[in-house]
Amino acid sequence: MATKLPATDVVTIGLGWTGSIVAKSMTDAGLRVVSIERGPWRDTATDFPPSYSPDELRYALRLDLFVRPAQTTITFRNRPDQTALPIREWGAFLLPNGVGGAGVHWNGQTWRFLPTDFVLKTHLTQRYGAKFLPDDMTIQDWGVTYDELEPYYDKFEYLCGTSGTAGNLKGQIQPFGNPFEGPRSRPYPTPPQKQPYGPVLWAEAAKEMGYQPFPQPSGNLSQAYTNPDGITLGPCTFCGFCERFGCGNYSKASPQTTILPLLMRRENFEARTECEVTRINLDSTGKRATGVTYVDSQGREWEQPAEIVFLCAFQMFNVQLLLLSGIGRPYDVSTGKGVIGRNYSYQVTSSVQAFFDNKIFNTFIASGAIGMIIDNYNGDNFDHGPHGFVGGGYMGMNQPNARPIEMTPTPPGTPKWGAAWKKAARDNYLSTIVADTHGSCYSYRDCYLDLDPTYKDRFGRPLMRLTFDFHDNELKMSQFLTDRLAEIVQRMGPRQIVKLPRVGHFNVVPYQTTHTCGGAIMGADPATSALNRYLQSWDVHNLFVMGATAFPENAGYNPTDTVAALTYWSLDAIHKQYLKNPGPLVPT
Amino acid sequence: MRSGALRLALPALALVLIVSMAARAQTPNKQSFEVIEHGRYMATAADCTACHTVKGGQPFAGGGALETPFGVLLAPNITPDLQTGIGGWTDDAFVNAVQNGIGHGGIYLYPAMPYTYYSKMTRADVIAIRAYLDTVQPVHNRVVANQLPFPFNQRETMVGWNALYFRPGDFKPDPSQSEEWNRGAYLVEGAEHCGLCHTPKNAMGGDEGGRAMQGSALQNWYAPDLTGNRHAGLGDWTVDDIVLYLKTGRNRYDIASGPMAEAVTNSTSHLTDADLRAMAVYLKSLPPGGRAAPQPISDQDPAMQHGRAIYDNQCAACHGGGGQGIVGLFPRLSAAPLVQQEQAASLIRVVLEGSRAVATAGAPTGPAMPSFAWQLPDADIADVITYIRNAWGNAAPAVSANDVGKMRQALHREAQQAP
Repeated sequence: MATKLPATDVVTIGLGWTGSIVAKSMTDAGLRVVSIERGPWRDTATDFPPSYSPDELRYALRLDLFVRPAQTTITFRNRPDQTALPIREWGAFLLPNGVGGAGVHWNGQTWRFLPTDFVLKTHLTQRYGAKFLPDDMTIQDWGVTYDELEPYYDKFEYLCGTSGTAGNLKGQIQPFGNPFEGPRSRPYPTPPQKQPYGPVLWAEAAKEMGYQPFPQPSGNLSQAYTNPDGITLGPCTFCGFCERFGCGNYSKASPQTTILPLLMRRENFEARTECEVTRINLDSTGKRATGVTYVDSQGREWEQPAEIVFLCAFQMFNVQLLLLSGIGRPYDVSTGKGVIGRNYSYQVTSSVQAFFDNKIFNTFIASGAIGMIIDNYNGDNFDHGPHGFVGGGYMGMNQPNARPIEMTPTPPGTPKWGAAWKKAARDNYLSTIVADTHGSCYSYRDCYLDLDPTYKDRFGRPLMRLTFDFHDNELKMSQFLTDRLAEIVQRMGPRQIVKLPRVGHFNVVPYQTTHTCGGAIMGADPATSALNRYLQSWDVHNLFVMGATAFPENAGYNPTDTVAALTYWSLDAIHKQYLKNPGPLVPT
Repeated sequence: MRSGALRLALPALALVLIVSMAARAQTPNKQSFEVIEHGRYMATAADCTACHTVKGGQPFAGGGALETPFGVLLAPNITPDLQTGIGGWTDDAFVNAVQNGIGHGGIYLYPAMPYTYYSKMTRADVIAIRAYLDTVQPVHNRVVANQLPFPFNQRETMVGWNALYFRPGDFKPDPSQSEEWNRGAYLVEGAEHCGLCHTPKNAMGGDEGGRAMQGSALQNWYAPDLTGNRHAGLGDWTVDDIVLYLKTGRNRYDIASGPMAEAVTNSTSHLTDADLRAMAVYLKSLPPGGRAAPQPISDQDPAMQHGRAIYDNQCAACHGGGGQGIVGLFPRLSAAPLVQQEQAASLIRVVLEGSRAVATAGAPTGPAMPSFAWQLPDADIADVITYIRNAWGNAAPAVSANDVGKMRQALHREAQQAP
């Protein structure tokens, strides 16, 4: 039996990027905010100080910062006619846990989506005709445009101090930036990070082939930066312990380094850590949330009443909470009707390894988002007509790490252990590079999330069930992108290259990316979206759902910048309209 | 009879009214909003809360332990509770305690209560503090302040101490100085009682003659030199540097941590810019005191070479290859007075136990340094501190492994005694 607590104005479920942004914004308005976070409190100097944060075994292999499968997991199958089994060890994606969420352990790659990505269905249909798209592809427009989101992208980048070179300033194409990007209202707040040898050589090769390489926009800063709230970040030191790690140098943008120092000083804010929300409560009409119920670390159950509920957990868990709380119509794969769980999407990555005889790259001089990139094959930046697929991705030579346990590439044919492996690892460690592609993943009728009929979590709630496989469109795209990337790498003069396009079925074992998307998507029509264009639930007007959960399909970029921009966009509508007149922001 | 009594009483009442009105002209009206607000400001300047409020406890309810070289004192309850606070005290009794060190019932206070400084405040300011304290929530909390061992627990010993070290009396403005300078001196020497930490103390706990503000060890920290000494003091800091430091806790040289972080949090960050500027002007006028810069230890010295290797591995990522730091995040170590103090206690301490810098409204980051106690042995810590004290143009005495070992033990004791 839950003990009822005094009411508050706002509850955020989760205190990662979106929860922190929401809590800051709502406390700005003078509202009392309680953030309820499943995982522990995390602070730079006490939880990942530079004196022990570069511990590859602890953080990269034993996954210290991530949710434990014993805490919660999901079940997985490729197709609806299979039986899903629980993931007992994380692989393809690593789901966050704790204050700061995925913002603690991301690589810092800070990308905007293309203007066409937000009107994808309309754009592709106009350019190629409806028949060009696979029958079972369920992509749709987002209900918001790039131009509407631009000020909010800008706001997040200036919160973080993002390092990069603008490619399009107010419609004017700039040298050295990404010429394909949407217009930005002002330059990046800090210049791009310095690039190591490998990415520089790659960029020279790309340029010789007629491409326009540019430095990857990075949340690991090129120089010290004090954001508009007075919080200071330091410059990146190229230690190469970014993804899967917290940054001990205050140089990676995270809630800890950009928002929490200010938020934690506010008397109208409270964070409750190691408290897991088990459901969102509704009133008798089912049209209004009354608050949330959560379980603390002692196993005690509490009810926290609130006027507005923000669902800010990671994408998977957002969808699970909606289903468990009976909010919105669950998606039914047999009819294609229903919205909660619909349009799950992912990201399609691939790589090219290159072994050199005569070059020392010192790849340990690394940072999560350094690298030189071309965007010629992303989104609809090129004519898909001859290729028979839609979508694309950026490609480039990143240098995120050369940590010895994970990054000891050896040429094909090398034994997996023993003296010959050791020799090959030693011979190739400094002279091997890995370039990669980061491709879109569009949505399909048979890729979705629902509640597992068999497996339960520690509270006895059904686990989230993921049904997902790669489709031919995405595999063709991956082959195409990988071939183009290999051509550039080949021009650098390696002894040998190995192309690793994405092939076959989706497999949850090898790590690919944590960019899981969709399941409660935004849109203009309640029949095909769970949220309106302001991320407000169509069904429960005082419930807002943040995060990549809202993506109708995924573009060929890392999602964080877009997740944050959507959050600010939603909050702006809440400040300007909802707080004055609570109710649906879009009529149904 | 009745009317006769009334006739007699009326002139008496009038007399009382006249007398009390006359008194009011001299004594601030303790009911006035302005006086109470002024009292709140002066109580903040005097940082009463530093000792009289337990962390997380009721404001001014006392009970917090003060470690002195002579033993432990508990800060009394100064809420207006009648039985256990100061609710029953007259204003004169309050003034006598704050400015003369003579408590309720004539007992002698110990100078951990900085009456030696508060003596320089005006009576009006002290009465205003009383007016403010009268408005706080009364808390029933009996505190037995005197926890000292014999013979220090004999309060009468303070008669002799006062005779030696206490010069009571209001602040005397220096007519040859500006109004701003005098305001700064009034705050620094009075309410803010900066010298309590920053002036070296003799074996009896009295100020060492002629060494005002030259830096002093206390509670396993070292309060640095605040004189115009360019090597270890504020000689190279501008007035703006000092104002920024007191207001936000950080400037281009340093970020406050330890007891100074508390002073910034509780006191200086709440003062007006004009008062901070006045304090800075006064501090900048202090003539260079203390020792001249010593010869730096040679970079060929084995300790320096060993220290440099450790620095490059463990410290350079944040503090920079040249010790230049990052403003607002990582204190600079080169040309930093704090690094070149005569004693390295604060440096040893923060390397051993880490340190959380102050966070203020003006600089909310509040960065922290991790502890290295678990990772570096005493000799390594000694060498790396010797290195930073003598690299990049710095110069200061070497630190020995023994110094580090002693601090390690002292911090261990501190941790065990912590509530």
